[in-house]
Amino acid sequence: MGLLQPESGLLFWMTLAFGVVFIVLARYGFPVIVKAIESRKEYIDTSLDAAREAERKCATLEARSREIIEQAEVRREEILRETEAERKQLLAEAHQKAESEGARLLEKARQQAANERQAILDDAKREIAALAVSITERMLREELQDRQAQHDLASRLMDELDSKNRKSWTSD
Amino acid sequence: MMKGFIKIAWLFALLIPAVTLHAEESTEAEPDIKQIVLGHLGDSYEWHIATTGHGEWSIPLPVIVHSPASGWHLFSSARLREGSEYEGLRIAAEGEYAGKIVERQEDGTDLRPLDLSLTKTAAALLLNSAVVLCLVLVAARWYRRHKATDRAPKGFVGLFEMLVSGILDSVIKPCVGPNYRKFAPYLLTAFFFIFVNNLMGLIPFFPGGANVTGNIAVTFLLALATFLAVNLFGTKHYWKDILWPDVPVWLKAFPLMPLIEFVGIFTKPFALMIRLFANMMAGHAVILSLTCVIFATAGMGAAINGSMGAVSVLFSIFMYCLELLVAFLQAYVFTMLSAVFIGLAQENPEKHAPEQAGNTANK
Repeated sequence: MGLLQPESGLLFWMTLAFGVVFIVLARYGFPVIVKAIESRKEYIDTSLDAAREAERKCATLEARSREIIEQAEVRREEILRETEAERKQLLAEAHQKAESEGARLLEKARQQAANERQAILDDAKREIAALAVSITERMLREELQDRQAQHDLASRLMDELDSKNRKSWTSD
Repeated sequence: MMKGFIKIAWLFALLIPAVTLHAEESTEAEPDIKQIVLGHLGDSYEWHIATTGHGEWSIPLPVIVHSPASGWHLFSSARLREGSEYEGLRIAAEGEYAGKIVERQEDGTDLRPLDLSLTKTAAALLLNSAVVLCLVLVAARWYRRHKATDRAPKGFVGLFEMLVSGILDSVIKPCVGPNYRKFAPYLLTAFFFIFVNNLMGLIPFFPGGANVTGNIAVTFLLALATFLAVNLFGTKHYWKDILWPDVPVWLKAFPLMPLIEFVGIFTKPFALMIRLFANMMAGHAVILSLTCVIFATAGMGAAINGSMGAVSVLFSIFMYCLELLVAFLQAYVFTMLSAVFIGLAQENPEKHAPEQAGNTANK
């Protein structure tokens, strides 16, 4: 069987060819390729890990921010409610104050009016009294010529006036 | 996808006429099919391309021989065409050295000189080796120019990386074990060397078509390389397992087990050699025989010849598809078994798991 018998020439060429191919590739070919492939694989793995970590961090951050937003919303509601209450309270206070001030002013005005009316009445009374005295003086000067009549009339008048005066004073 | 399909269709469209055209040429003479098939499987001193009406087209290759009587000879094989003699050398037509260069001795007998001629197989071997070197070095250049943080390669280097990382991850790392970096260059070289030679052998016209990995000398040296890689770098534990295995003393005192183990050192690479050789040679033989069906039936009338031609082409297409698979598979198997054998020799005493893998691979 010629096919099963290795030829010396082919053995020589095969040794040469495979030897050269192996030496060149083992020196300049495959170590570079294997190293590059493995380092890239490593890089991809670490990148994947980093990406996963980042994703996880992102998720926690998102949760945290959502929490913060929720808290802020709650706080806002609270503040709004507080403000509303305060506003109402202030308004009520202002109302009250205004009312009391109005009442005070009214009272003061009433007091003043009363005082003034009193003064006017006092003046009028004084005027009327003076007028009455002078009128009476004149009437009496003409009527009472004698001393006795004068004296009687004076006493009567004095009584009447006194009683009348007292009545009018009390009626005020 | 469609583009790839069209490309493959083109490839086959190119393959079929090349095979059949070759077949039609030699219908004139009564075809000696056995001779054709064996001639293609074997080696020759010139690279036959085609035979046309104007004669044979073949590339003469250098003949390099050293005979003890006349010393070194170096000339073109064109001088030995058709049985002519040059410098006392000729190609024997028959006898023990049929088809080989012989020298007529003084006493009239033929002697075969030391024949280092660059035959067809050797020339194809050198060409394919150059292809392997180019492919790997081009890819290596890409890696040298890019950092690990760059984008992954595309196109040819991407394909190459797919193969390399596939072999590395699925074969070399699990089979060789922690020491795989030391052996990865050899195993990858063996894989790509065999793979490229297998594929080039499938191309039916000139730069391909040579039956390189189906030649026993080639597979012998590949197996020898694995043998050296296994035994030169074997650990103490590996040698202890061979010479003094863990079996009852009566099995090794009368050195039955050591003998079996010692024979095993040689049968493992021997199986590698035969497996690759037989698979590739058989693939070539089947394709050639199917092609020869066309001229074997040439004399049986147009109907039979035509229908058998169609059958031959269909079967050839099928066989080419199968051989594409086998081309990869045999390279893969050779690499994997080499890796397993190397891994067995690298084994440390505390680990016993790879031993079983090796035993099953042996069977």
